[in-house]
Amino acid sequence: MTRESFLNAVLMGFLLVVPLAAWALDEPFIITLTTRAVIFAIAGVGLNLALGFGGLVSFGHAAFFGLGGYAMGILAYHAQTYTPLMDWPFVIEGTKSMLVIWPVAIVASGLAALAIGALSLRTSGVYFIMITLAFGQMFFYFTISWSAYGGEDGLSIYVRNSFPGLNTMDPIQFFAICYGVLVLVLAGVQRLAHASFGLALRAARQNEERLQAVGQVPYRLYLTAFAISGAITGLAGALFADLNRFVSPSMLSWQTSGEIMVFVILGGVGRVYGPVAGAALFILLEHTLGGLSPYWHVYLGAILLGVVLFARGGIFGLLAGREVAHD
Amino acid sequence: MSWILLVEQALNGLQFGVMLFLMAAGLTLIFGVMGLINLAHGSLYMIGAFAAAAVAAATGSFVLALIASLAAAALAGVLIEATIIRRLYDRDHLDQVLATFALILIFSEGTRWAFGSFPLFLDRPEALSGTVSLPFGIEYSRYRLALIGVGLAVAAGLFWMIAKTRVGIRIRAGENDREMIAALGVDISRLYTLVFALGAALAGLAGALIGAIQSVQVGMGEPVLILAFVVIVIGGIGSVQGALVGAILVGLTDTLGGFLLPKAFALFLSPATATSVGSSLASMSIYILMAGVLLVRPKGLFGGA
Repeated sequence: MTRESFLNAVLMGFLLVVPLAAWALDEPFIITLTTRAVIFAIAGVGLNLALGFGGLVSFGHAAFFGLGGYAMGILAYHAQTYTPLMDWPFVIEGTKSMLVIWPVAIVASGLAALAIGALSLRTSGVYFIMITLAFGQMFFYFTISWSAYGGEDGLSIYVRNSFPGLNTMDPIQFFAICYGVLVLVLAGVQRLAHASFGLALRAARQNEERLQAVGQVPYRLYLTAFAISGAITGLAGALFADLNRFVSPSMLSWQTSGEIMVFVILGGVGRVYGPVAGAALFILLEHTLGGLSPYWHVYLGAILLGVVLFARGGIFGLLAGREVAHD
Repeated sequence: MSWILLVEQALNGLQFGVMLFLMAAGLTLIFGVMGLINLAHGSLYMIGAFAAAAVAAATGSFVLALIASLAAAALAGVLIEATIIRRLYDRDHLDQVLATFALILIFSEGTRWAFGSFPLFLDRPEALSGTVSLPFGIEYSRYRLALIGVGLAVAAGLFWMIAKTRVGIRIRAGENDREMIAALGVDISRLYTLVFALGAALAGLAGALIGAIQSVQVGMGEPVLILAFVVIVIGGIGSVQGALVGAILVGLTDTLGGFLLPKAFALFLSPATATSVGSSLASMSIYILMAGVLLVRPKGLFGGA
C-alpha cells in the first residue's frame, strides 16, 4: 500500500465516521456539513479530470454545477406544481425521482460541456481560462434573466426528491446517497485515469507533439475529458440543489467556479482523491474560521496564497510525497 | 424620437466601452509584458473607487478624489507586485489564477471590514452635472460625455507613450524578448513594477470615474474584470489597439443589444415574450460576440500568430 492509497483510505474513512458519530450523538448539522463536503468533493473530482489530468484550466465549471442544479430544480418544480415541462410535440412531465433527475443532469451538463469545450478548445493557455470564465458568466446571466424559473430569486423545492427505499429527508440517509455517488464517481475516475484514455490524456498534457506522432488526436482527448468532467460536476450540482432544496443563479457565479478550483488545488492537482481532501478542508475552514470572524475569507485567501506559493501539490503533495509530479 | 434614443444608447455604449478600455489596457499590458493573468485587477478598480469616495467625502473635491484613486491603486499595485505577484511570473497560469483569486478574497473582505457592507456614494462634480445639448436636439449627460473624452484622451496618451517614449520602447521590447532587454542593461524588475503600477492606476481611475455613476461597493470590480477579459480575448491578448477596438465593440454590443433586441423580437412575438427573450439574449450577446470572433480568429482580432 503506497502512502497515497493509505491517505485515500483514511480520508474516505474520516468522511464516513464523522457523520455516523454525529448521527449517534444526534447532531444533524454536522451530518449536513459533511454532506456538503461530499457533494463539493464530487464537483472537484469532476473538475480534476479536466484540470489535473488534462491540464485544462477551466474557470467556468460553475456553469455545469448550476446546470445540474437547474435540471433538478426545473424537473422537481414541474412535478410539484403538476404542470408539464412541455406539451408539444409530446408531453414531458416533471419528476421527483432522483433516478430520473441524475441522468438528465448528467446529460444536460455533459452536452453543455461538449459545446463549450468544442469552442474553447480551439484556444489554449490563458485564452482558455478567460473563455471558460466568459461562458460561465453567459450561463449565469442567462439564469438571472430567465424569469420563468425564478430569475434572480431562484427556485425552491418543498420536499427533497425521492430515492427508492430511502427517506431522503433524513440527513443520514441523504448523506448515504451522496457518499455512495462519491464512491462510484471516484471508482469511475480511477479506472478512467488508468485506462488507455487517461494515460493518453496525461501524455497530451505533457507533450502534445509526441502524442500526435503516435497517432492520437489531442483535441478529441481533451474534449472527451472536458465533457465527462462537466457531466460529473453537473451531477454534483443536482445533489447540491437537492441538499438545499433550492437552486439559484449564485450556483453559477464565477466565485463558485473559483471555489471548485480551490478544492482541487488545496487537495492536490492530478490526484484522484485530491479534491476530496480539498473539499473536506474547505468545509472545515469555512466552519472554524467562519465561527471566528465574519471576514473569514481573508484567512482563506491567505491560506490559499500560502499553498500556491509555498506548498505546491496541496495536502496530498505535503502528506503523500511527490509520486505524481505537478507540473 | 426613437433614433434620438438610439444615438443616446450608442453614446452610452461608447462611454461604457472607453471605461472598459481603461481596465483592459492594464490587463493586456501586464499579460503582454510579464505573461501574468491578473484576476486581482478588479480589486484595484475597487480600491480606486473606494479611495475616491473616501477622499471626496473628506475634502469635497472631485479632482483630489481622482488623484487619490490613481495614487491608491498604483500604490496597492506596487505593494502586491513587490510582495506576491513577482513570485508568480515564472509559474504556470493555474498558479497565477489561484494566487490572484486569493488576493481578491483578501482585498474584498479587507475592504468590507474597513468600510462596511453598505455602498458608498461618490457625487459627480458640480461642473459636470446636468445635460448638454448636442446637435439634432439630442440631450446627453454632461458627465458621461466627459467620461468619453477622458477615456479617449487616456487612450491617446497611452498610445503615444508606447509608440514614442523610452518607457514605451522598453515595454514593447519586453513583450518581444525579455532576456534580450535585460542583457542590454534594462532593469527588468523595475520595468515590471512600473507596468504593473501603470495598469493598476488605470484600473483605479476607471473605478473612480464609474463610481460616480454607480455605487461604490465591495465586489464592484469582478463583473468589470470579466468583461475586460472578454475585451482582451476579442482584441487579442497583449495588444493595446486590440483592447481599444474590443472594448468599444463590447460596450456597443452590450448597450445596443439591451436596447434593440427586445424591440427586434417585438416585431414577431408578443410584447411580454419579446421582452423576456430579448433581454435574456441581450445579456448573453457579448459572449456570443466573443464566441463568434474566436470561431473566425482563435487569437483575437489583433492577436499575433
